Amino acid sequence: MRLYKLLLMDRLDATFAALADPTRRAILARLAKGEATVTELAEPFKMTQPAISQHLKVLEDAGLVISRVEGTKRPRQIAKGGIEAMDKWLAMLRKALQQNYERLDTVLASMEQQKEGEQR
Amino acid sequence: MNKLTLTTEGDTHVIVTRRFAAPPQAVYRAHIEPELIQKWCLGPEGWTMPVCISEAKPGGAIHYEWANGKGGAFHLTGEYLELEPYRRIVHVERMFLPDRTPDNQVETRFDPDGDGTLMTIRMTLPDAKTRACMLGTGMEYGMEAGYQRLEGMI
Repeated sequence: MRLYKLLLMDRLDATFAALADPTRRAILARLAKGEATVTELAEPFKMTQPAISQHLKVLEDAGLVISRVEGTKRPRQIAKGGIEAMDKWLAMLRKALQQNYERLDTVLASMEQQKEGEQR
Repeated sequence: MNKLTLTTEGDTHVIVTRRFAAPPQAVYRAHIEPELIQKWCLGPEGWTMPVCISEAKPGGAIHYEWANGKGGAFHLTGEYLELEPYRRIVHVERMFLPDRTPDNQVETRFDPDGDGTLMTIRMTLPDAKTRACMLGTGMEYGMEAGYQRLEGMI
C-alpha cells in the first residue's frame, strides 16, 4: 500500500490540479460519453481551439486523457485508469467523513430532544 | 439535502460542506465538547475515541486518540487558534500515523441555513503534495470501513 501510494503521489497531485478547473471537468464529462477531436470539443464550449488544446494538455499530463492518431486527427479519449484512481481516493475519504456526520446527525437529534425535555 | 461535498480549491485547500438539521449553536458545541466529539468523530465502524482533550480557547490543546480494540491505534494533536462562539473555529492539527503528518490549518464555519446549519470546513495544507498525501491517507482510512462493511454484508 505504501509503495502504491508513493508511486501515485505525483500523479495524483497533477490529477487534482487538473480537476480544479470547471472547464476541464466539463471536458472530461464530455469525453466520458465518447472520444472527440479538439474541433468537436471547442464547439459546445464556445472556446478557441488553442484554449481547448491547453486544457487538454493539462488533462493529458495528469493522465486523465489520452489521444490516438487517426490520419490528420488526434481524437481524445478519457483515460479510465486515471479517473478511477482519482474517484476511488475521493470516494473513500468521502465515505469516512459521511459516516462521521451521520453519527453527528444522531448526536444533534438527541441534543435537541434533551433541550425540549428540559423546556417542558 | 444533507449531502456532503468534498472539493479542492487552489493548490493547497480542501473544502468540505455539510448541512445539519440543528441550529449552529448545537453543531458548534458538538465540535468542541469532548463528551459530544467522542460520540461521532470516530471514522470507520468499530473505532472509538478513548482519549479526547479539547480546550476550547485560543491556544488551547486538542488531543484525540482512536483505537479499534484490536491493537490498532492512532492519534491527533492540535491547538485552537480562534473561536467565535457558534460561528467559527480555527485550529491547527496533525496526525500521528505513527509518523507525524504536516500541520493542517482548519477553519470551520457554522452558518444558519433555514432551521439548520450549513457547515463549511476549509483546510489549508502547507503545499500541494501534502494535500495529495492527506487525501491518500483518506483512502486507506476509508478502505478499512469499506472492508468492514463488506464483512458485515457477508
